[in-house]
Amino acid sequence: MNVLLDHLPEFRDGFLGTLALTAASAALALILGVLIAGFRVSPVPPLRAFGTAWVTLLRNTPLTLLFLVAFFVVPLILFPGVSPFVLATLALGFYTSSFVCEAVRSGISTVPLGQAEAARSIGMTFMQTLRMIVLPQATRTVIPPLSSIFIALTKNSAIAGAFSNTELFNVSKLLSDKGFAIGWIFLWIALAYLVITFTISGIFRLLERRLEVAR
Amino acid sequence: MTASVLYDAPGPKAKVRNRLYAVGGSLAILALLVFAVLRLDAKGQLNPELWDILNYANVRTNILNGVLTTLQVFAVAAVLSLVLGVLLAVGRLSDHKPIRWLATGFIELFRAIPLLITIYALWVLFLSYQSELGFTGEGTQFWALVIGLTVYNGSVQAEVLRAGINSVSKGQREAAYAIGMRKTQVMTTILMPQAIRAMLPTIISQLVVTLKDTSLGFVITYEELLYTLRLMAQNTTINEQDTYLPLIVAGGVIYVAMCLALSSLATWIERRGRRAKTGIAVAEAGQALTAGDAMAPIDGATTPGPVDKTKE
Amino acid sequence: MRMRKTATAATVVLALAATATACGGKSGSAGDKPKSEKVFSGDYKVAKDVKIDSPTLKKAQQRGKIIIGAKADQPFLGFQDSDGKRTGFDIEIAKMVAADLGFSPKQVEFKTVDSNVRETSISKGQVDYYVGTYTINDERKKQVGFAGPYMTAGADLLVRKDEKAITGPDKVKGKKVCSIVGSTPLQEIKKAKYGAETTELGKYSDCVKSLLDGQVDAVTTDDAILKGYAAERPSKLKVVGKPFTEEPYGIGMNKNDKALREAISKAVEAHIKNGDYKKAYEGTLGKSGSAYEEPKTPLPRY
Repeated sequence: MNVLLDHLPEFRDGFLGTLALTAASAALALILGVLIAGFRVSPVPPLRAFGTAWVTLLRNTPLTLLFLVAFFVVPLILFPGVSPFVLATLALGFYTSSFVCEAVRSGISTVPLGQAEAARSIGMTFMQTLRMIVLPQATRTVIPPLSSIFIALTKNSAIAGAFSNTELFNVSKLLSDKGFAIGWIFLWIALAYLVITFTISGIFRLLERRLEVAR
Repeated sequence: MTASVLYDAPGPKAKVRNRLYAVGGSLAILALLVFAVLRLDAKGQLNPELWDILNYANVRTNILNGVLTTLQVFAVAAVLSLVLGVLLAVGRLSDHKPIRWLATGFIELFRAIPLLITIYALWVLFLSYQSELGFTGEGTQFWALVIGLTVYNGSVQAEVLRAGINSVSKGQREAAYAIGMRKTQVMTTILMPQAIRAMLPTIISQLVVTLKDTSLGFVITYEELLYTLRLMAQNTTINEQDTYLPLIVAGGVIYVAMCLALSSLATWIERRGRRAKTGIAVAEAGQALTAGDAMAPIDGATTPGPVDKTKE
Repeated sequence: MRMRKTATAATVVLALAATATACGGKSGSAGDKPKSEKVFSGDYKVAKDVKIDSPTLKKAQQRGKIIIGAKADQPFLGFQDSDGKRTGFDIEIAKMVAADLGFSPKQVEFKTVDSNVRETSISKGQVDYYVGTYTINDERKKQVGFAGPYMTAGADLLVRKDEKAITGPDKVKGKKVCSIVGSTPLQEIKKAKYGAETTELGKYSDCVKSLLDGQVDAVTTDDAILKGYAAERPSKLKVVGKPFTEEPYGIGMNKNDKALREAISKAVEAHIKNGDYKKAYEGTLGKSGSAYEEPKTPLPRY
């Protein structure tokens, strides 16, 4: 009895589901995270406060609770009929954005003081300094933590499996309910996750090397 | 480097502009909030009767029980994961190859798999062998959750500790060997204490993650705080209106408060460590948080970990 | 400095939350009042010195209590209110059986088992037996043993009160229909014949919430369950009333424990004959609008 070969379509769907969820929420988290990090270092106090509140709130809430909010409160505020995939992406993306924001912010603080000062002295505005001088240089230090954040995101996407999304966790549960030995399922699922996480860290290591050359 | 390096002290023009942005930004944020509130109100979600359920003794008792269960799981899992973390860290730095491999394999495996799946698999496993393991009733769920949290967070803590041990300067170790200490002595009296001290903020930040992850118990229907809230939200209706919103908000406040209390402890320790002239650099409190639920081995090495902050 | 403030604030909030939850509050149950008082809850005569050659039962007797799996979110079937009190038809059936197996109400422990972990929970022996709208089918028979059927329901559709388009299972093409992961009606409605889009959640009550919010257009599962939800929110929900499957409910237990299955079947038969069954049915499901129908006795043994 080989669980993997007999249920290849299920495993494939689960794998693709996990991949899609991860990619979509990673994109959302990246955009939001950089934006909020910009807020947090901006000269405008309300935006700073908003950034701080965002990070504090999202980082200290269990992701499961955010899923409840996304599935049972968000549809009340927005229009109904949003697909579970979008809602799950919202929950995962928002949660992860707070971590991305903090990574970017600490990346910003590793850019040598002189760089920002030089930028200012040639008359750049805050936006220009951030966009052209600081952020590009911060990227280098942000990449390693980003890699682990996205690996965490991959694993967190498992929670979406309990909310009408087909992904790897869902598949493991389905098969376990059908009575297959949990040990084997666990092993195959673990392997699938390892493939994804190794790919992510591989891509980021590649990026890291690229950027190092650019220095 | 402080954020203010990024922009000049605003002149008169910039001041006006910043004020404009401030007003605009606040208005935008306010508008979002008002929109949300209005929409919720339109759906009758802000009805005072709905929120009144939080005033009832039975609802409060249920919430309190949920909080206590959550804290109980957290306490046991926290202690066990720290113990496991120390063991694994030492194992990974061991001189014996098999031990090193075993520890590395364990750490990499459990860090790679979603905790949710680990917990579920453990639960099924425990149920299959419950009589052999001597579990009764709630025991299986409790231990599946605790052990799941332990193996995952233990693996992460091990990596944190390893980074801490590696950050202790080589001279210390060599000096200890030079005065004739044994491997175990060096580890327990020289390296580990310094590693723990240096990494304490990161360790506590990971404990915050542990606390949050107790909520994953929902998948095996363990009745911790989140599960309790959910059950009540589904089963308590007011004028045919469900009570998700008040209970989710109440739960959110409790979780955020618990986590904030823990993470401010980390910040406090970091501050104290920085003031103390022990010469042991203390890691940034934010570090584990940015690393999120998975501290990859790389960030122990590359993020500004235990850098000497006195140079600031 | 700022952090110090945050810490203080956090501690204050925590302390407030703790005192708020600890110190009393209004007595009585929160929520719409009559529900659990309205529902019938009976006491049954406890049998003495039960001797059945069943490993499950022997273990239960040793520990001095019997653990029964049930649902907690299905009004009039298996429901738990915020006081922790359980009511409903399934609960009554479970109590009848427990009494005949020699366990007094004090020795009965209910355990909430959601549909998505049912097979695992029963086959691995987390509960001694399970009464919770559990349809008998061949797929499940491979993993659990069934006594019964003790009643027969049929899959139906629950829609919002103002719904005009969905008048039966043949009108759901392209509509969003919600049910729980792996449930039988869900498999049915997915088929090309009906052609609905499906949303799969962990609990029926999650589906009902999604229906109320407009996230989905209908919820499908057994009519007995749906009628309970409709009865809870009569001004918002209605049941379409055109069942499209047959769902015989059984009591789930360990597959290999034949003696327990026999004992449970006998217990249910006895209570059908002495009228307890009818009383329980009318006091629970009868109130949510299901007509009483006496199950065929003797119950089938397989």
